[in-house]
Amino acid sequence: MPTEPTAPAAPDAPGPVPDKVRFDGVTKRFGDHTVLDGLDLAVAPGERVTLIGPSGSGKTTILRLLMTLERVTGGVIHVDGEPFSHMPSGPSGRGGRGGRGGPGGPGGKLVPADERHLARRRRHIGMVFQQFNLFPHMSVLANLTEAPVHVLGLGKEEAAERARELLALADKADAHPTRLSGGQQQRVAIARALAMRPDVLLLDEVTSALDPELVAEVLDVLRDVAATTDLTMLCVTHEMGFARDISDRVLMFDGGRVLESGPPGALLDDPGHERTRSFLRSLH
Amino acid sequence: MWDMEAARAALPVVLSGFGVTLLATVLGFAVAVVAGLAVALVQRSAPRWIALPVRGLAAFVRSTPVMVQLFAVWILVPGLNALTIGVLVLGLHYATYLSEVYRAGIDAVPKGQWEACAALSLPRRRVWRAVILPQAVRNVLPSLGNYAVSLFKETPFLSVITVNEMVHEANSFGSTHFAYLESFTLAAVVFLLASWPTSLLVRRLEARLAH
Repeated sequence: MPTEPTAPAAPDAPGPVPDKVRFDGVTKRFGDHTVLDGLDLAVAPGERVTLIGPSGSGKTTILRLLMTLERVTGGVIHVDGEPFSHMPSGPSGRGGRGGRGGPGGPGGKLVPADERHLARRRRHIGMVFQQFNLFPHMSVLANLTEAPVHVLGLGKEEAAERARELLALADKADAHPTRLSGGQQQRVAIARALAMRPDVLLLDEVTSALDPELVAEVLDVLRDVAATTDLTMLCVTHEMGFARDISDRVLMFDGGRVLESGPPGALLDDPGHERTRSFLRSLH
Repeated sequence: MWDMEAARAALPVVLSGFGVTLLATVLGFAVAVVAGLAVALVQRSAPRWIALPVRGLAAFVRSTPVMVQLFAVWILVPGLNALTIGVLVLGLHYATYLSEVYRAGIDAVPKGQWEACAALSLPRRRVWRAVILPQAVRNVLPSLGNYAVSLFKETPFLSVITVNEMVHEANSFGSTHFAYLESFTLAAVVFLLASWPTSLLVRRLEARLAH
């Protein structure tokens, strides 16, 4: 599905519609430990990709690289066809756009992105964390309006309006997050990410810290998000039922590489590798 | 022997000194709170050529006696009045302690909070002001209270540079009336009455913040 050569290329773009996210030979090492090893990965706009695999296989690192919480050791990440982990060097580098080479083309030399470049480019990416990471000293409503007000420049009322549309916790709006159940906290965190209207949503084991009986309410919210938006989603999860429901494609990771990939039905029901089979068995 | 008459005469003198003591405490601690935060932030995120000298200076101030510093500044900086020098020296001395307190408080804010800020693209200033510092200060509020009490109890050092705080007044009353016992006892009681309830308050705050 992602490589489908659909719609003719726009006149100014060489080739097909640029991938939403593209990893070109991305390597990530922590000291001597190689977590990602020359990873190539393309995600189409609006595609839902689920990353599965044993812990330590590099799935979460992919999300963290995209959220700029980690920096690549080698290779380049592109978002919307433009360099994301890197930026063009030279005096015109600050603008980043309008280079002669076209998006992702062989224009100027690329250098690792500085904080400014990352801060500008990551605005369209949102992330939900395993541990929620809500701001504990702020009310639920303030958690949801903080970034829309101070990053997007929305008025307080407008931001509060947006928050109310995203979250049916009306009576909890003034409560502090610690007063909520884990499931409610994670729903607040999802709403907080969506309030920034991202194009890409990263979900990092969002139900792993929850008591089993709270998992369903969070997954229901995410199913709803998947059904009603055209967000590109990258999801690391051990919930195979959820992966099956929302994914266009499932990638099985092992040792920093993609072992196999395919539509969820095919990969989860009839994996090609013994490693995948034993991993899936281990989840039950 | 305890002379009730002398004690009665000493009381207003000692209390007038207490006003100065209180003023020095409040102003000195205000200097310490602000300068301590500045030192903590500089050490954390300023470029090395600023951070290193500041760290060295802070270590120097922290490891020399406050009395020596008072004398040194008093002698080397003639234009300023004694109370101003006292407030600045005591304040900056405590700032070096408080910078460590802030550092611990900042370190205690979970990494996930920084990551949430990055995921929301919050600008750096906003990250500090709205997310990190409120939590860091909350973490260390009891420590700050304890240092405030401790600074209060070190204000008598200011008497050596002629600041007319409470112990200075008690001492001069004692020497003119030969009533050291009465004047110093009164000063000690006033110190006790002021710092003990404050310590209790700090402890209650500590309990409340611990949830």
